[in-house]
Amino acid sequence: MAQTVPHSMLAVAGLTKQIDDQQILRGIDLQVASGETLVIIGRSGSGKSVLLKHLIGLMLPTSGEVFIEGRQIVGLKERELLPIRRTVGMMFQGCALFDAMTVEENVAFPLREAGERDPKVIREKVAAALEVVDLTGHEQKLPVNLSGGMKKRVALARVVITRPHCVLYDEPTAGLDPVVSDSINHLIRRLQKRFGVTSIVVTHDMKCAGHVADKVAFLHEGAIYFYGAFADLVCSQDVLIQDFIQGRSGDTD
Amino acid sequence: MLLLRFLGSTALSLFGYLGELLFLMLESARSLVTTPIRWRLALGQILEVGYRSQLVVIVTGAFTGAVFAAQTYFQFHRLSMDTAVGAVVAVSMFRELGPVLTGLMVAGRVGASMSAEIGTMKVTEQLDALRSLGVHPVDYLVVPRMIAMMISMPMLVAECVGIGIVTGMFVAVHLLGVSQVWYTNYMLRFTALRDLEMALTKGFVFGILIVFVACNEGLKSQEGAVGVGRATTEAVVIGSLAILIVNFFLTMVLNIFFPAG
Repeated sequence: MAQTVPHSMLAVAGLTKQIDDQQILRGIDLQVASGETLVIIGRSGSGKSVLLKHLIGLMLPTSGEVFIEGRQIVGLKERELLPIRRTVGMMFQGCALFDAMTVEENVAFPLREAGERDPKVIREKVAAALEVVDLTGHEQKLPVNLSGGMKKRVALARVVITRPHCVLYDEPTAGLDPVVSDSINHLIRRLQKRFGVTSIVVTHDMKCAGHVADKVAFLHEGAIYFYGAFADLVCSQDVLIQDFIQGRSGDTD
Repeated sequence: MLLLRFLGSTALSLFGYLGELLFLMLESARSLVTTPIRWRLALGQILEVGYRSQLVVIVTGAFTGAVFAAQTYFQFHRLSMDTAVGAVVAVSMFRELGPVLTGLMVAGRVGASMSAEIGTMKVTEQLDALRSLGVHPVDYLVVPRMIAMMISMPMLVAECVGIGIVTGMFVAVHLLGVSQVWYTNYMLRFTALRDLEMALTKGFVFGILIVFVACNEGLKSQEGAVGVGRATTEAVVIGSLAILIVNFFLTMVLNIFFPAG
């Protein structure tokens, strides 16, 4: 599929994932064009985070294909995947900051691993990345001393410092208060505008989806139930989609 | 039939486990020759593994040497062989007690901390973060620890043996009244460089065993705090048992290269 669409940044075709006897993904087909923002929404346990991890090769599919910038990554060895992953950044749900390192060391980590040794260059790039996420002045703090919102910002700074072509966000606003969530949404949008990165955002926060999405994919029981513009999703008369948007469980007291 | 099935499944899991360890060793060896070594991390680990384990190793060596000298004296005194105590203590410390006890203490202290640290990184997605940033966990976590253990363990064993011999001599000579001249004379006559070589070789092998068992347990630990706790326990138990089992076979093989006497 992706080979016929040369401009797609990321694409998956016929992706299935089975863990033990549980079918997590049931034949996902998706394409994300360069510079586009796709928001993947769905209820907890619908397979959103699993799908995201497949896009960067952190999980292997049971069957199907995954393409990054037209290159098939399924079947590659871990060491062959490493340079490809450097073009795609990922922000994890729990931030996954290295807890033994300060904010500055965390943000500088990808640069150092890419071979940058000049302390002046590293300091300047870290300062610039922290400035993008409004965290200047917190360089020497350890992750344990940061609030949830600050951790997300550090994680984002660590992702963008190497200017990846694409950024994957796993629940960027989960566990944050509405004001901090809004600032994270603005940050995602700002990164898109400033650097033109392709973004894939996994969330169940409809406000976040409405704020950042070019396209929305609604995942239900491991399959894509809806794909289209956010406005079309909101206007959909489908009961399942409306229940999700309105937050209706169907339970009665 | 049930017994056969039990033996079969036990053998299968044992081979599976040995396969995991072998795979990790091969991946580390490959990393060692194909990717630049992170010396900064390795030095940090040497500080953690080697420098900070010294108190444990010194106390272990000191009291093992002391009690072994005393027990040997009590037995040998009845045969009027007091002066042979030094030789027995030194050879035993070099060939068995020093390497094995150091290995067991380090497996407890360092093995537990390595598996807990890596296990916690796994369950908090820090290992996935490493991979997403294009860094292989074996390059970043296992290889520096392996280098640190390969350098530190022989030194810790030498330290344990040295302290044990000195405290053994102190107990025998100053507390139990053995002649220092004869004690030293027999000790030097029955110990040789090959004993030290055997001690260092065992320390090196035990270091490798501890680091791969601990890292493997950490890397494969399951989700949650319970998983990390289990990985830590397994790292200590499997590491300690592996040292005791491998020690027997290693003794038989090394005795060919470094014969006793």
